[in-house]
Amino acid sequence: MSGYLAGLLAVLAINIIVAYSVFVPAAAGLLNLGAAGFVLVGAYGAGAMTALFGVPLWLALVLGSLLAGTVAFLISFPILRTRGIYMVLATFAFAEVVAGVLLNIPALGGAAGLSVMAYAGLPLVVPVALCVIGFVAWLMSTRFGLSVRAIHDDENVAHLFGVNLRSTQVAAMTIGGAIGGIGGALLVHQFNFIDVQSTGVLFSIYVLLYVLMGGTQTVWGPLFGAVFFTLAPEALRKLSELDPALKFLESSRYMTFGIAVVLLMMWRPQGVITRTMIERLAGSRKPVAADAGAAA
Amino acid sequence: MSSVLELAGVSKSFGGLKVIDDVSFAVKRGSRTALIGPNGAGKSTLFNLISGVYPLDAGRIVALGTDITDMAVPKRIGHGIARSFQNIRLMPHLSTLENLMLGEHHRASPWALARGARATANARAVLAQADLDTYPGQVVADLPYGIQKRIEVARAIMARPSILLLDEPAAGLNSSETAELRRMLERLSESGVTLLVVEHDMPFVRTLCDHVVVLNFGRKIFEGTPEEVHRDHGVLEAYLGPAAEIPAGVAHAA
Repeated sequence: MSGYLAGLLAVLAINIIVAYSVFVPAAAGLLNLGAAGFVLVGAYGAGAMTALFGVPLWLALVLGSLLAGTVAFLISFPILRTRGIYMVLATFAFAEVVAGVLLNIPALGGAAGLSVMAYAGLPLVVPVALCVIGFVAWLMSTRFGLSVRAIHDDENVAHLFGVNLRSTQVAAMTIGGAIGGIGGALLVHQFNFIDVQSTGVLFSIYVLLYVLMGGTQTVWGPLFGAVFFTLAPEALRKLSELDPALKFLESSRYMTFGIAVVLLMMWRPQGVITRTMIERLAGSRKPVAADAGAAA
Repeated sequence: MSSVLELAGVSKSFGGLKVIDDVSFAVKRGSRTALIGPNGAGKSTLFNLISGVYPLDAGRIVALGTDITDMAVPKRIGHGIARSFQNIRLMPHLSTLENLMLGEHHRASPWALARGARATANARAVLAQADLDTYPGQVVADLPYGIQKRIEVARAIMARPSILLLDEPAAGLNSSETAELRRMLERLSESGVTLLVVEHDMPFVRTLCDHVVVLNFGRKIFEGTPEEVHRDHGVLEAYLGPAAEIPAGVAHAA
């Protein structure tokens, strides 16, 4: 496998992991523009452990994830006092605070970033991404997943039926943070380097777009979003190499990609992958009887 | 017959507006009680007080022998009180089965599979009782209004309540759907569930319920049988206004 392809697959796997870190709280209706914050906590935490303390890579991944999860648990309490756009701003502010703190820790490289020797590689990154997909799929199939989706649809009625709103929301943010920490830990050990500037607000926006464009109604939405957003620009570049007449695709691929995003938002604001689509594909959607009464 | 639900001196205000004013009544075990009154009488507000959505300003509510006045909202369903809503409040992106499973959520472990064998079997049994077993896997937002209404009632039944609060369950249903709903509620009542039903459909009330409580402007103005309610002067005034002709021989409730 070429270095280019291996690098692309590694980026795809890490993007998938980070997408799921935003999906779990988003499935509970909690929009998170702070993905970069949890990724940085995991990356710098795991990177410092291998680079400064000689901790084995697998243990550093676990500890980086736990660290990011702990931070997510602690900040969930103030953040859950906000809603809607204010929650988006609060999570964005969290990521900026994390970046500011890390920039001012000389032991972690400061503005120059942190270099690490331990290398993850595809044999680690891909299986971990598959495990994350499997874990989130299992999580959303449990009663906890049902609580999360019920809170997303109508938290007042969910509360009336016995769902503990605060515990479920805190758990969703904590699990999302821990998954983001895994993504960060793999990121720093895949590229042997991490710095605050490369994982800023644009990173958080892209990850949120993966999830919203892919769809929050099912576990397959963030997977589709991450794959589309990671591979589409590269696919356009490859297409431009097939025929000189298509050369414009290389220089305009991001504009083309942006137009595609706008069209997607117009055509499928609920996301590309929806519950109805999955039910239809699974064959469990049957025509409703004609005598069932008028539609709402 | 003992009471399963007792309201004593219940009052509630929103700002300067008193929406429930010193309401007291008892619902007997196994009965089918209708709560009626003109729009704005406070019927849905009373349901919200019983289910805990709003705290009381005064009075107390006793359900199944326990004072639930200050009981936390999620605990009331475990205590045996379930409800449906005036406007459909299903989870639109969940399937029929998943909406029903929410009804027994308070009894389940958070890490159990939502679609475990036992949970699925329970939900399917309730769907079959409600003649809704054609729609288990479909996202409820895609279903017709009448079906959604019945699914919402089925969700409340999944909670295995002792007291079922139904807020205008027949609203928006055609005559055959209303008849199906009534049969479902009759079967439920025969199994021992006490019904408290807010309704405007008086034929539905007359055929289903054996007791009626009437509210107007947040106060209880009448309590009695469905036959008596039609003859009460106060009830007629509440619906028709003080200028209405009062037929000869109509009693005025004390």
